Amino acid sequence: MTMLQLQDVHAYYGHIHALKGISLDVQQGEIVTLIGSNGAGKSTTLRTISGLLHPRQGTITLNGQAINGMPAHKVTALGVVQSPEGRRVFPRMTVLENLEMGAFVHGKPDPADLDRVFTLFPRLKERLSQKAGTLSGGEQQMLAMGRALMAKPKLLLLDEPSMGLSPILVETIFGIIKEINAQGTTVLLVEQNALMALSIAHRGYVLQTGQIVLADEAQALMRNEMVRKAYLGEE
Amino acid sequence: MDFNWQLFAQYLVIGIATGSLIALIALGYTLVYGIIELINFAHGEVFMMGAFFAATVVGLTGVTATSGTASVVLAGIAGLFGAMAFSAAINFGIDRIAYRRLRSAPRLAPLIAAIGFSFILQNIAIYWKGANPISPPSFLPPEIYTNVLTEWFGLSTTIFLTVLDVVVVGVTIPLLIGLSWFVYRTRLGKAMRATAQDREAAALMGIDINRAIGVAFLLGGALAGAAGMIALYYDNSARFQMGFRYGLFAFTAAVLGGIGNLAGAVIGGLTIGIIWAMSDGFMKEYISGWGAQWTPSVIFAVLVLVMVFRPSGLLGERTADKV
Repeated sequence: MTMLQLQDVHAYYGHIHALKGISLDVQQGEIVTLIGSNGAGKSTTLRTISGLLHPRQGTITLNGQAINGMPAHKVTALGVVQSPEGRRVFPRMTVLENLEMGAFVHGKPDPADLDRVFTLFPRLKERLSQKAGTLSGGEQQMLAMGRALMAKPKLLLLDEPSMGLSPILVETIFGIIKEINAQGTTVLLVEQNALMALSIAHRGYVLQTGQIVLADEAQALMRNEMVRKAYLGEE
Repeated sequence: MDFNWQLFAQYLVIGIATGSLIALIALGYTLVYGIIELINFAHGEVFMMGAFFAATVVGLTGVTATSGTASVVLAGIAGLFGAMAFSAAINFGIDRIAYRRLRSAPRLAPLIAAIGFSFILQNIAIYWKGANPISPPSFLPPEIYTNVLTEWFGLSTTIFLTVLDVVVVGVTIPLLIGLSWFVYRTRLGKAMRATAQDREAAALMGIDINRAIGVAFLLGGALAGAAGMIALYYDNSARFQMGFRYGLFAFTAAVLGGIGNLAGAVIGGLTIGIIWAMSDGFMKEYISGWGAQWTPSVIFAVLVLVMVFRPSGLLGERTADKV
């Protein structure tokens, strides 16, 4: 079943034409990844889906309902929840308050969701009353993902979850993404670390200067010569 | 010459009462600045409109000093809550009409809109109550100026702490407690803080940021309205220009305490109130030729000194951003 569909989406930052006709879909239960180099439009695509940026042209549908032009808080209420690039936790709020904010659309945090977050990220439980701004980068990433999970996402948008993390931590985070997906959450993952992203994804799209240049099964993309050269660092 | 502790205590009392009033106004500046980084230049006028509306409400109740304690208290509460609701509505309305449309505009645009609203409100005030100072409808019995220390506690002292002083502080403290309860304990208050810390991330959590910003304007307006009612009876007069003077001191208090920081606004307000009272009344004992005309210079000299050594204010915080 198609959960999310983008059709010929064009988006601009001022006069800069950032997305030049993006079309993609995400099926229920999948992990789909968007890979590409810096400035290719990966984050912009997620921002446009979330309603932080409104497309000038094209449609975005969630389970058949058009969501383009909707303000961000309404998109979140529909179950499309983003963990943004650079984590963006609320620095002067405690870990618990950050998680409460994640559950904002449901009023109060669901204890079952809190349990789930603490099982996935035991570290957060130890730091509940600490201000988020004082956490390490890895802990902030865990908090950003935990916060998004508190919203009970149907579709989780993850923007660069590996950014700035140590290789071991990257492994952990990607393991957790797989687990979140196995628990029934559909995931759209934006990553610079193409190898890691493709290794856990079902399908992938390759973005270049605001356009999709390649779309295939993740395993096939990993074998694709152009992908290997440009994004997996092979000669 | 011995240090006159009695005078010192007397001016401290006056300073705390005035400081509470300034703190209430300063909170409105800091709430709005904290969430949208706008210096709401119309805030002093929102306070002034609260004072005018309080005068109208108290006048409408028809209560006089001889109506009995219960009536007087009720009329006071009506004036207070009326002014709070009125100023909250004005402040919220200004945001809804003007600032919200300018959210993504360059920062100078809402600033100039704020100055514009400041003039609009002053002119509405002139049209409403005239350009001369008005006297509030007198409903407070003379007992309001009773010295609490001698009459209630039977102390023999020359320090004058009136019932009115006690009422001013007694109104301010519950308001401050209520504000911090709202901001730190309620869902909407937390949403407001989240919006202040990262607007986009807040929107991604499903928070309607325009609503959260609207709440900040409502709160700031309500506190300014309460300050309006207090100033009306503490000064026993009100005028269309009163918002400028009080607003300037309150803004200074907010900056002194660290703009965006709620506790800072209160500490800044009390600091300025106390300096104000000390300079007005006390300094002439020590420096010949000193008088109230020097007070603003003293207050701003203190501001400059604090800014030199602590540019982010007394309680201003800088959090390191992690990449």
